[in-house]
Amino acid sequence: MKIIVLVKHVPDAQLDRHLSGEDNTTDRADSILSELDEYALEAALQLIEARGGAKAGNQVIALSMGPAGAVNAIKKSLQIGATEGVHLRDDALAGSDAAATSLALAAAVRHLGADSPVDLVLTGMASTDGETSLVPAQLAERLGLPQVTFASELEVDGGRVIARRDSDTHYDTVEAPLPAVVSVTDQINEPRFPNFKGIIAAKRKTITTLSLAEIGVDPAQVGKAGSWTEVQTAAARPPRTAGTIITDEGDAGIKLVDFLAAQKLL
Amino acid sequence: MAKVLVFIDNPGAALKKSSLELLTIARSLGETVVAVNGPLTDDAAGALGANGATAIFRASSDDLDAYLVGPKASFLAEAVAASGATTVLLENSFDGKEIAARLGIKLGAGVITDVVGVEVDGTAHKSVLAGSYTTTAKATTAVSVLTVKPNSVTPEPAAAGATPEVLTVDVPESATAGAARITGRKDKPASGRPDLTEARIVVAGGRGVDGDFGPVEELADALGAAVGASRAATDAGWIGHDAQVGQTGKTVSPQLYISAGISGAIQQKAGMQTAKVIVAINKDAESPVFEIADFGIIGDLFEVLPQATEEIKKRRG
Repeated sequence: MKIIVLVKHVPDAQLDRHLSGEDNTTDRADSILSELDEYALEAALQLIEARGGAKAGNQVIALSMGPAGAVNAIKKSLQIGATEGVHLRDDALAGSDAAATSLALAAAVRHLGADSPVDLVLTGMASTDGETSLVPAQLAERLGLPQVTFASELEVDGGRVIARRDSDTHYDTVEAPLPAVVSVTDQINEPRFPNFKGIIAAKRKTITTLSLAEIGVDPAQVGKAGSWTEVQTAAARPPRTAGTIITDEGDAGIKLVDFLAAQKLL
Repeated sequence: MAKVLVFIDNPGAALKKSSLELLTIARSLGETVVAVNGPLTDDAAGALGANGATAIFRASSDDLDAYLVGPKASFLAEAVAASGATTVLLENSFDGKEIAARLGIKLGAGVITDVVGVEVDGTAHKSVLAGSYTTTAKATTAVSVLTVKPNSVTPEPAAAGATPEVLTVDVPESATAGAARITGRKDKPASGRPDLTEARIVVAGGRGVDGDFGPVEELADALGAAVGASRAATDAGWIGHDAQVGQTGKTVSPQLYISAGISGAIQQKAGMQTAKVIVAINKDAESPVFEIADFGIIGDLFEVLPQATEEIKKRRG
């Protein structure tokens, strides 16, 4: 089985995050592997382990598009257990929106499927920075593949992927033929941590760097020039300031209701 | 005048509040037309007309609900072509965003998600990085596709109603070939409470409820509020994942958010810091949630919440 997992290098959500530069792009210092991508990686590892793992010729390719630092997300993925890494890196990619990103990733997936077909492209449910959830669906559309998104359970059997997808009002069972693009939620599994053996093993794994020319993409189709949306202005929201804090002296529930009444919220 | 196409998936008999909000925004931008998937009752068609829709586009096939989003995007692409719309508005749900995503690629149109306001020139307002920035963004393409968050506008009736023309657009056969098919569906039990993302008031519980959401639910019901939860509470299995507010759950912007027994780590803050008024109850005076609360109570939620619930009932007689 050949699985590509899309991984993204994102600013650590536990720290303050900023937009910078005249195009208001995300500031990527202090970045890490997006937490939500760890669930996709874990799902991929479980699928290949059930089929004899890497020894049986199964592949989990961690693919990341991004500047030099993005290689850290790939390295972390290799330590966790991906069998190889691919870094799509080109200065022309800077400032790509979801449409341009999906165009470049689609070309990279096709390139990686040229020698042997890709069975699955697995992604997280969203990036923890852009948070649009657009890229998996746009990638599927560009590749002409079915998309099975927001999977909270996943199995692959007889050339089909079968997933459970939860909405607010119901649980759906969704099926699609392979190859497919599948995004998974944070409910699907408990991602493993890299262990010492994994960290050592990662040093021997290959990371291939690809440029746009190598995957046959014209630089004008991506980056700011190839994007279909543009951010015009960005303003930091004024930080919320603390209001009145009281300590309960037996009547805090009543004071709470007084506060709500004063705010006309009752 | 510019045409704006609003997508309404299975309108049912009465239009949902979120649909009325989309129609209100659409009318502010231009001539409003609607694409409907699923049955269209006379009542719904009448309501769409009363809300200013001049045309209703329906799909030639009635089995789009048997598939995940792909075929609905194909239908919308046909509806955009048939209507000549230059702006498409959808709900900001998981499905809405994905239909928008695929529609954008089909049309070569820019897609902007999580929109909270749209100007006549197409400039969209949204907040990013978990509410820490507000931005304006615009599609640079002929058509723009926007997914709009609930509660972004107050629904208003149209100044003048219209009698919409009902038209059918052909969904290409290829739309469903190879698409992901929904092979089973189980309904979740209805809570009877308002939808979390649309609710005016949210009462949320976290680790501090220690397995007992009773006091949170009782206060929510007294206020007519939705019930939310932190990730710690949903991970512990005390309440369904649907209730999770935060970075990996739902983002809410209610008028009032009451946080009980939640420390307010960044993951939770991300989902609620755009609420208009935040009230926090926590035993630990050092909880970060107190840094953003308009009214904070250092105390035991098992005492404060029931007392507040009683007081509300008493005042309402």
